[in-house]
Amino acid sequence: MTDQPREQWATRTGFLLAAIGSAVGLGNIWRFPAIAYGNGGGAFLLPYLVALLTAGIPLLIMEYSIGRKYRMSPPAALRRMSRPVEAIGWWQVVISFVIATYYAVIIAWAVRYVGFSFGQQWGDDPEAFLFADFLRAPDTPGFMDGYVPGIVWPLIAVWIVVLVILAFGVRRGIERANKLFIPLLAVLFVALVIRSLTLDGAAAGLDALFSPDWSELGNGSVWVAAYGQIFFSLSIGFGIMVTYASYLGRRADLTGSAMVAGFANSSFEILAGIGVFATLGYLATAAGVGVDEVAGAGIGLAFVAFPAVISEMPLGGLFGVLFFCSLVIAGLSSLISIVQVVVSAVQDRTGMRRMPAVFGVGGLVALVSILFFPTESGIFLLDASDHFINQYGIALASLVALVVIAWVLRQLPALQQNADATSAIRLGHWWRICLGVITPLVLGWMMVDSLRAEFEENYEGYSTGFLLSAGWSVAIGALLVGVILTLMPWPAGGEDIDLDMEAPADRKDV
Amino acid sequence: MSASAIVMMIVAIVIVWGGLIAAILRLRSHPQETEPMPPGVHRAE
Repeated sequence: MTDQPREQWATRTGFLLAAIGSAVGLGNIWRFPAIAYGNGGGAFLLPYLVALLTAGIPLLIMEYSIGRKYRMSPPAALRRMSRPVEAIGWWQVVISFVIATYYAVIIAWAVRYVGFSFGQQWGDDPEAFLFADFLRAPDTPGFMDGYVPGIVWPLIAVWIVVLVILAFGVRRGIERANKLFIPLLAVLFVALVIRSLTLDGAAAGLDALFSPDWSELGNGSVWVAAYGQIFFSLSIGFGIMVTYASYLGRRADLTGSAMVAGFANSSFEILAGIGVFATLGYLATAAGVGVDEVAGAGIGLAFVAFPAVISEMPLGGLFGVLFFCSLVIAGLSSLISIVQVVVSAVQDRTGMRRMPAVFGVGGLVALVSILFFPTESGIFLLDASDHFINQYGIALASLVALVVIAWVLRQLPALQQNADATSAIRLGHWWRICLGVITPLVLGWMMVDSLRAEFEENYEGYSTGFLLSAGWSVAIGALLVGVILTLMPWPAGGEDIDLDMEAPADRKDV
Repeated sequence: MSASAIVMMIVAIVIVWGGLIAAILRLRSHPQETEPMPPGVHRAE
């Protein structure tokens, strides 16, 4: 096993496209526009840019440096940094496992909606169609009630596509897929935005999105929302960027790449904001109501509001195909990166080869996804898992990782030196201040804020029993399983595996 | 659209898309250093 060289990206562009593909996901399309609209409109740009520059890009650089320096996925990389910290790496891997299981389901819905767009099969009431006809959701969440065949089959197809791409490896699978996906996504989405801008009422939508409300800048929650958006949309905090950067060459540029990936993600968000609000402006104008009455986010925006627009407009079917294909592609390129975290973590700790790892470990993720989520209550399970794993998985794990790396192990200077040695843009003191002070403070504030909301009222009004079994247990379980995986005796003993095929004398940690 | 909304839309586009272009140009001006392949391994393609 030890003579297996670590895979590497074929080109810098290939790595960047994969990193951008991972960052650009469903959140860019359906979360950013509503967050910007609800937090000061045009004025939101200021906290958003501050968050990008003081948290998003610095965190990207940190994850790239850890991945490139140790050339391992999170558990093995953090183990090399300090043995007990491996637990944080496994925690992130389990978080990725959970996210992958439900993220695939939303892609499966989008696949079906590409088909539904022809002939607008949702009829006059897209909301009733989504919940009653398509998802067959009961009024209150049950557990493991009947399967919905209309979701099971596309979900299996999504998993086959993802596992086959991963089976081809980093260079021939992930890199090639993203070289196709990202330009295709850009073309589809630009076509969609151009069409949306030509609709009646587009200006009203853009006016609602971009009119600045400067008084909101004094509101702390707007700043937290900006950091939250940057944080959740950049795919940071659960090991993806560490994993992708572990396939970089030793001389690869880190800070310049992080700037490109960070700004590319935000560029797509701005484009999505324009497309979504121009479309919502059309819907509001057609219905004779204000944009505030149609503005929404998440599943409601994509699977209820957009179908309503598609039914209204001329050549709506084509617009629907563009929109749902964009969701599928943006989702797939993110899902691939999430599953790769789990696959490569097991590979790095056991020395397992790619094929058994992809179909064994990746297959297990697929199996859990297919067993639990395409059920009648799957939507509720998905909603609760997503909320709790985001708040008390991704955000909490990042806070812990930052405090440990910056303050307990004091590794930031070493990582800075590592990044500076090969990068176009040198890091200054600001980088350590952003990661050591600003980001942990904001993440801590986010944590207190969301915990307070959790105890004030039950999330989405679900019963306490349901939230304990589908929400809290998932988030706390991720941490516990992470710790158990750390304590497990791994067959090959972990740090002895050298997939680089370098003689010890040639190895230097820059 | 109100004047302030138009201004903010243009500012957002210029800063974020401009930032992307500037970052790409900066990265391209820093050519990647080639590194030797490990012994016995040959560069594919």
